[in-house]
Amino acid sequence: MTSRLEGETLQISMGPQHPSTHGVFRMNVALDGEVVTKLKPVFGYLHRNHEKIGENASYLGSMPYTDRLDYFCSMTNNWAYALSVEKLAGIDVPERAEYLRVILAELTRLQNHVSLLGFLLSDMGAWGTPLMYAFREREKILDLFESLSGARMMCNYMRFGGCRCDTPQGWIESAKKIVAEFPRFLDEFDQLIVSNEILLARTQGIGKLSADLAISAGITGPMLRASGVNYDIRKVDGYGIYPRFKFRVPLGDHGDCYDRLMMRVLELRESLDILKPALNEIPAGPVINPKVKIRSFRPPAGEAYGRIEAPKGELGFYLISDGGTNPYRYRVRPPSFVNLTILEDLCLGHTVADVMVILGSIDIVLGEVDR
Amino acid sequence: MMETLEEIKARTEAAVQGARITLIANTSPSGQRSLLIDNEHAVAVAEFLRDDPQLRLDYCSNVTGVDWLDRVVKTKVKVKKMVNEVEKEVEEPREESLPGYLEAVYHLYSIAHKHGPVIIRLRTADRAGNVHLPSLTSVYRSAEFQEREIFDLYGIHFDGHPDLRRILMWDEFVDFPMRKDYREPDDYEYEPTPHDEVSEKAREHRASLQ
Repeated sequence: MTSRLEGETLQISMGPQHPSTHGVFRMNVALDGEVVTKLKPVFGYLHRNHEKIGENASYLGSMPYTDRLDYFCSMTNNWAYALSVEKLAGIDVPERAEYLRVILAELTRLQNHVSLLGFLLSDMGAWGTPLMYAFREREKILDLFESLSGARMMCNYMRFGGCRCDTPQGWIESAKKIVAEFPRFLDEFDQLIVSNEILLARTQGIGKLSADLAISAGITGPMLRASGVNYDIRKVDGYGIYPRFKFRVPLGDHGDCYDRLMMRVLELRESLDILKPALNEIPAGPVINPKVKIRSFRPPAGEAYGRIEAPKGELGFYLISDGGTNPYRYRVRPPSFVNLTILEDLCLGHTVADVMVILGSIDIVLGEVDR
Repeated sequence: MMETLEEIKARTEAAVQGARITLIANTSPSGQRSLLIDNEHAVAVAEFLRDDPQLRLDYCSNVTGVDWLDRVVKTKVKVKKMVNEVEKEVEEPREESLPGYLEAVYHLYSIAHKHGPVIIRLRTADRAGNVHLPSLTSVYRSAEFQEREIFDLYGIHFDGHPDLRRILMWDEFVDFPMRKDYREPDDYEYEPTPHDEVSEKAREHRASLQ
């Protein structure tokens, strides 16, 4: 008897309601047995035309809406938008606000990477425990955000020319305490995951991304550096006050899922190296440039593109002003949308179970992918 | 340090035969000027920018569309006219209409040399019929989804794109929502139903009775 299934491919639709797509994301996958032969991502389930809404709102009016892009990292979204408008209008930022921005961006990086590690492990079948450990740490940082801005996730904290308000009493001390305790959690997490045999088997050699393809496809952030390309916008552009801090840029060798995962673990430690001096050196002073007009703010006509190293990669805002109160063009360059370009290349030839791990290691948030 | 845009323009025009490049000024404090490239030579120019050993703009970060509507420029022209049988010089308003166009903007950086951005722009002939631009996906893979997004939201056709489909809107959607003259539908949920056919038949029937 011959197998009638031989040579037949199976079409399956993974998502939009699939627990490991981290949101409403769909992949149309063709399978030969268990091996992926074709994969087409389908977007747009969360599309609300953020950019059109941005063009119909005032400059400041878009600030709270940037929180909803990558809803894990509202602080870095705020910073990227504020940075672009500051470029567009030529605004200076006071010293204390620059320190606060760096501190908040690195705290955001901590909680983003930690929750990504938790999600990735739960995708791999370590259901519950690692994710809860990760969320326990994330919760501490969210509490800090809440006491500073009033909201845990939708912070809406930065303004053009600075930050919305100063830190409440004792905030810096509690931040210092969390930063000081963080390495203990990291060591524990390291022991739990990094040399875990199942994790190694599931991630090593899976979804290899070559450096050339990564550069051509515009991959940014930890994913690019996992392929061994040394490109960190904090170092390259030196925006804000990053040149004052000493930190290393971790690089991977193989560009596989394991390297992408380890990039996050290593970047956590580098973020702590930035946070410690920043929290110690932060000067007193105003947190917002008093010359900036808040009501009917009109930047001069022209255009500007500003970008920062968000936890997921390069987050950029491209703004065109016609001299009015609304931007003529408001464009978000989302890192996780562009990072998905090579999803099919990574998945071809791997099993359908590996697709989960590969997608998890890219680190997407659908609020930003679909906008 | 990167070369100035003038030097890049001169070297590119020398290297790519027949390329016509225009410098676009930027009045914003950001000072990010850009290069407008003619559509015929866009791919060759992009390849030159990517491969030139001094520039090595190997990383295309941001690709986006911009919609510029038709504009009417009002000027006053002095004309000699007979006013009350005396020849006088009179100012007459003139209206000159400039056609609108769609624009694709590419922000290029160099990972090899860690410099940038060099901003290049491509423009369509108009906004209605002739909205074709060459695709730069063959040069920069990162343009693949972003050009699809521009096609989806602005309606620019990128010739040579490997997979030009709608990406964020659904396939059956007809208009281009990011265009400045886009009108939202009154009813987002509208779908033709059998009921429409019935009411259409009833309307025709009533019309035939009269």
